[in-house]
Amino acid sequence: MSTPLTPLPSAVRPASRAAGGDSHTTRAPEPELLTGAQAVVRTLELIGVTDVFGLPGGAILPVYDPLMDSTAVRHILVRHEQGAGHAAEGYAAASGRVGVCIATSGPGATNLVTAIADAYMDSVPLLAITGQVFSTLMGTDAFQEADIVGITMPITKHSFLVKQAADIPAAIAAAHHIASTGRPGPVLVDITKDAQQETAPFVWPVKLDLPGYRPIAKVHGKQVQAAAQLLAAAQRPVLYVGGGVVRAGAADELRVLADLTGAPAVTTLMARGALPDSHPANLGMPGMHGTVPAVLALQESDLLVAIGARFDDRVTGKASLFAPDAKVVHIDIDPAEIGKIRHADVPIVGDAKEVLGDLAAAFRDQGGAADQPYAAWWARLRDLQREFPLGYTEPDDGLLSPQHVITRIGELSGPEAVYASGVGQHQMWAAQFIGYERPNAWLNSGGAGTMGYSVPAAMGAKVAQPDRVVWAIDGDGCFQMTNQELATCVINRIPIKVAVINNSSLGMVRQWQTLFYDGRYSNTHLNTGHGTVRVPDFVKLAEAYGALGIRVETEDQVDDAIRLALETDDRPVVIDFVVSADAMVWPMVPQGVSNSGVQYARDHAPSWDGDEAPNGLDADMAADAQGDGPGAPQHGTGAAVADGGAGA
Amino acid sequence: MTRHVLSLLVEDKPGLLTRVAGLFARRGFNIESLAVGNCEVPGLSRITAVVDVEELPLEQVTKQLNKLINVIKIVELEPEQSVLHEHVLIKVKVDAGTRPQVLEIVELFRAQVVDVTPEALVIELVAGSQRTAGLLRMLEPYGIREMAQSGLLAIGRGPKSITERIPRS
Repeated sequence: MSTPLTPLPSAVRPASRAAGGDSHTTRAPEPELLTGAQAVVRTLELIGVTDVFGLPGGAILPVYDPLMDSTAVRHILVRHEQGAGHAAEGYAAASGRVGVCIATSGPGATNLVTAIADAYMDSVPLLAITGQVFSTLMGTDAFQEADIVGITMPITKHSFLVKQAADIPAAIAAAHHIASTGRPGPVLVDITKDAQQETAPFVWPVKLDLPGYRPIAKVHGKQVQAAAQLLAAAQRPVLYVGGGVVRAGAADELRVLADLTGAPAVTTLMARGALPDSHPANLGMPGMHGTVPAVLALQESDLLVAIGARFDDRVTGKASLFAPDAKVVHIDIDPAEIGKIRHADVPIVGDAKEVLGDLAAAFRDQGGAADQPYAAWWARLRDLQREFPLGYTEPDDGLLSPQHVITRIGELSGPEAVYASGVGQHQMWAAQFIGYERPNAWLNSGGAGTMGYSVPAAMGAKVAQPDRVVWAIDGDGCFQMTNQELATCVINRIPIKVAVINNSSLGMVRQWQTLFYDGRYSNTHLNTGHGTVRVPDFVKLAEAYGALGIRVETEDQVDDAIRLALETDDRPVVIDFVVSADAMVWPMVPQGVSNSGVQYARDHAPSWDGDEAPNGLDADMAADAQGDGPGAPQHGTGAAVADGGAGA
Repeated sequence: MTRHVLSLLVEDKPGLLTRVAGLFARRGFNIESLAVGNCEVPGLSRITAVVDVEELPLEQVTKQLNKLINVIKIVELEPEQSVLHEHVLIKVKVDAGTRPQVLEIVELFRAQVVDVTPEALVIELVAGSQRTAGLLRMLEPYGIREMAQSGLLAIGRGPKSITERIPRS
């Protein structure tokens, strides 16, 4: 039973209706005749959309005509539709609002596919509107025809094919509703060109007819009680915090629960900032490149309280060996996530915000926490934090350390900034070495792992939150996939800051080649960095786009460059940080092994209780690669460890 | 692997079957049979799907199907409490000598002859899969020329309906 009426934000009430103000008359006025194209724009205005990213083409041309006159909806013309998609994602991820992108049929629509897939994996509320060829031509292999509804079926939460103008308002309103409620996700509305051209009475508000869509489940009180009991009885609990907490806007409720219970927490790649890194309970990020305390806390736990997390393989390692002694309380708004990978002893379907509030209340009713909750557990975890703080070794080739660069960006820009990263080593370092104090500050492509996410996502975030400093922390590989959006940023005065962590290679792939392929660097050298032909030269590229380009090659230049970037607000900035290609991301759990095999640095696994042998990298594999030593970090984050924070 | 019969109540929307079938394929579930048709509520269709999965993946597929916006309800029908029938048309080669024997088999299985020519009979059977398999086994020696079979259709026994408490517009 979901037939809510769509809201009518008064601020975006179209002028034709606001005038007159005779809404109290009993006789309903004749609905206005609009073209389908006008209906698209009017509907977007009425549901409160203020920014869209797109690029026109034949089959969406009708929509672009009324769009030109809209004062409520700002359209930002991108240089590639993928950029529109990621910009809409960044917009949504930074603000919590639905991101909207528009493309034409055929290649325009297929260029959105990567962003749609990305939004699907990371539960981003995204509304994609595409033009489709005339309904009479559909199925004939017409010019720029692609079955985009069919193509995106596996990667959308839902999709609509609209062939009549009269159906447009309801389809867009329903798409917006579906994208933003329940577990958020991408929804596609494909509109034929004839539907855009013909006229129909514009009826508003529309009634949403979605009998099969019941996004909000009523939270099961008994299950919450059971979870509270388990928490009270546990010896070694861990709050396993996932991106769902960020999407649900449940960070405050999470903090209350963490404070109340005194239980340690880990924040996954998608949840960085859901609990402040400065919070004493936060052990940092778990998973393949998580902190040793976070990885081993999950592994040694007797109770996992998973909140908006989905037991991704990058978190669990070999799932059958993950947290072998733990009971599981699994809180998720999507029932299909519960029990998908790991059996849940207490499944709770519901919105994280609501469930966490209920859980805290139930825990309080149980008598609350002990004087020193989980004392022995904390002693073990504090030991791990002391022994294995996040850190890194200086590269021995004399080049810049990428971790240092990223640490300084975080320190100089502060927790109110937004950081959007690409995918790879720089992403992991940005997740590790920037201190996140609030949700929605860290944007990245976690599930899909989409190289090229960073620049357009940062652009979208800056449009959503123009008052924040927005960094794109990118790699030299990723940057080359979507840097065309610098043009969009310059022309539309969207002054993002791009830090290219330029190690002249596809760094994460190269790291795996170092570790698992005997250092045979097959097709990972990009020739953008130190001692290469520098194709392209990122500084010149930035300048060609009208952005400020800065090259940084030594440590003493790092802070000045970041400061200059922070002071520059009239255009985008690109800093080419020329860093060492040999820097690696540590700690690391090699793929397909137990998390107990976490390696702090190369050839350096922590000891742990029990007699289970570390099932990590082969010793000989580590030995026969270039000897960079066991590598106790020189740049530890010891100070942060004292108060329990991970990161710098 | 165990056989499960799922009854899905779905909105009759374009692309619905693609969504359902695609989900089965994408999540790696095998469909043994699929039957789609109208139900008593206008605008809704009923899909009967027979899947070959273990208990745990079945729960997962049910949850995933439930997430499809156009899927309204899913019920697993227990064989003991349901009528499970499939429809089969079989063309069998006959001549004057074998016709009486084939007709006797038809009689035994309570099937029907729906087309007769000197060289062949078309036999129709609506029955559970065991009886269908039995009939096919018996007809095999005479030469099955052609066969068409529907997916399994299923409905619960007793007065209850799966469309109870479904919002009707």
